[in-house]
Amino acid sequence: MAKITLSQLRHSYAPAPKAPEDYALKQIDLDWEDGGAYALLGPSGCGKSTLLNIISGLLHPSEGRILFDDRDVTDLAPDQRNIAQVFQFPVIYDTMRVYDNLAFPLRNRGVDEVRVDARVREIAKMLELTDLLQTKAANLAPDNKQKISMGRGLVRDDVNVIMFDEPLTVIDPHLKWKLRSKLKELHQRVRATMIYVTHDQTEALTFADQVVVMQDGVIVQIGTPIELFERPAHTFVGHFIGSPGMNVLPCDIQGGTALLHGEPIALEGAVTGDGGITQLGIRPEFVTFGSTGPQATIRQVSDIGRHAVVEAKLGEQSVHAVVESNPPAQGDTVHLTFDPSQTRLYRDGWLATEACQ
Amino acid sequence: MKTVNQRAWFFVLPVLLLVAFNALVPMMTVVNYSVQETFGDNLFFWEGLRWFEQILTSERFHAALGRQFLFTGIILLIEIPLGIIIALSMPRKGFWVPVCLVTMALPMLIPWNVVGAMWNIFTLPRLGLAGYFLNEIVGINYNMTQSPLAAWITIIVMDVWHWTSLVVLLCYAGLVSIPDAYYQAAKIDGASNWSVFRYIQLPKMKTVLTIAILLRFMDSFNIYTEPFVLTGGGPGNSTTLLSIDLVKIALGQFDLGPAAAMSLIYFAITLLVSWLFYTLMTREDDK
Repeated sequence: MAKITLSQLRHSYAPAPKAPEDYALKQIDLDWEDGGAYALLGPSGCGKSTLLNIISGLLHPSEGRILFDDRDVTDLAPDQRNIAQVFQFPVIYDTMRVYDNLAFPLRNRGVDEVRVDARVREIAKMLELTDLLQTKAANLAPDNKQKISMGRGLVRDDVNVIMFDEPLTVIDPHLKWKLRSKLKELHQRVRATMIYVTHDQTEALTFADQVVVMQDGVIVQIGTPIELFERPAHTFVGHFIGSPGMNVLPCDIQGGTALLHGEPIALEGAVTGDGGITQLGIRPEFVTFGSTGPQATIRQVSDIGRHAVVEAKLGEQSVHAVVESNPPAQGDTVHLTFDPSQTRLYRDGWLATEACQ
Repeated sequence: MKTVNQRAWFFVLPVLLLVAFNALVPMMTVVNYSVQETFGDNLFFWEGLRWFEQILTSERFHAALGRQFLFTGIILLIEIPLGIIIALSMPRKGFWVPVCLVTMALPMLIPWNVVGAMWNIFTLPRLGLAGYFLNEIVGINYNMTQSPLAAWITIIVMDVWHWTSLVVLLCYAGLVSIPDAYYQAAKIDGASNWSVFRYIQLPKMKTVLTIAILLRFMDSFNIYTEPFVLTGGGPGNSTTLLSIDLVKIALGQFDLGPAAAMSLIYFAITLLVSWLFYTLMTREDDK
């Protein structure tokens, strides 16, 4: 177990990177606290798998250091770092029984058989694999195979961190839920640092205490799921998390007041900085239809069970609103009301209002 | 109730005819010969199982069969491990992949009798490159037409040269299908190179290796052209493999009855060994 520090990490797959675009990871400075459950969330190609492979040692970063408890491990091979990784597709040793699969990492490290047996049985019990221990691993279903992959990580009690690289991709939807809660439960039992890479916000938000959102090789925001939802530090986070994502509307600033289509909009707090491209950010959950505010036309109403998602047209802009009951009808003309405490200004994509008190 | 339409069977007819004319009819002709004596002029005399008894008890057949198993055994023992080693050391991606693949495939593209002729010239004591080198420069008395050992070494080296590529290409196909994650997981699990081979690469190559061994067994067990062109079965009878012996009996001595009986025995052995091997190799998968 260890605290993991990434210091001034940059990585490029190009042989001689010059421009920032050449870097898959632009600049990462990050601490992963010991025993934390982290999710690394971002769209495909944002560099999250690259980051994961750098932590595990499968990739050597172009620049920067990786520290495990202040010990520099940048140049160490994966097996010397004491980490575990679960891959997208379950990796199992086909010819071995489930038991031998779980024992494999311990036997490779010369652990004596009595200890191996105790650990394997303990982990198998945790993962509900006890009945399968003597079967051949090749004949199992994907979810059980993925459990074995996890088990091989958990079986060593000295691992610094267990990393999951989109581990539920090949699992049937109805088993995803089970495995996800199993993972959460495992984290509470073994208290190892876990990093979970995914592009699925539901997976990230249910698993992690802290979510790290990445885009284009940069960490955009780190926070609890609630923080990410309520106060996105970047329009990308607002867009990426939530369904539908945050409304991002171009606006003008005049004397510290935001103007949307000429109408003043109240913000959560004072505007900071100046210049750049300014946008309003408001979650659909906090858009209501009242008697004042910018005028819009209802374009579409989708009833999705518990609530309805309403799409209104404000000029050329689409604004989404989530309505619990009595949604307006298509073609209606409405006034959009934004909850001031949830309305924020973004300057060049980044949050530019002070938090409301 | 649904009516069962049996007319669909007519679709099978073309295949049936094809198989009949290229396999069943010739095969039954051989069966016909194997139980009769003929002196030409379409005169046949019933002999029962006499030819089979004669072949099975003849020392000549035992010797040829022994030589055949020895040859097949040796080339399998060399070609399979060698093929695996070459496949493992070939690059998985990049510029050299097509270069390696084409180089590997070249020997297999050469016609069998050309291979025999090539190696014949190659090993001529005074003229051939290898023959001259061994005799004049290294100073070994190497002459295929006099020494059975030299003849054996030559046909084995020739077969290894000709067919190891097949094993290499099949194994390589198995190897490239292994996802990177397996190697990465093995690295993280602290597996040694041997463990990676034993628990990842070998299991993933198992199917193609089964096919490779099967093909190499059948081909080498039925080998005729190359040793015939190279040594003609000599010196003496030392490289007279089963097929060469069979042709000697059938066409050299025109003993069609015994030759037919021998063909059937030959065929049965090939079939039996292939079936046994395949069944044993695939049995475990069902468990």
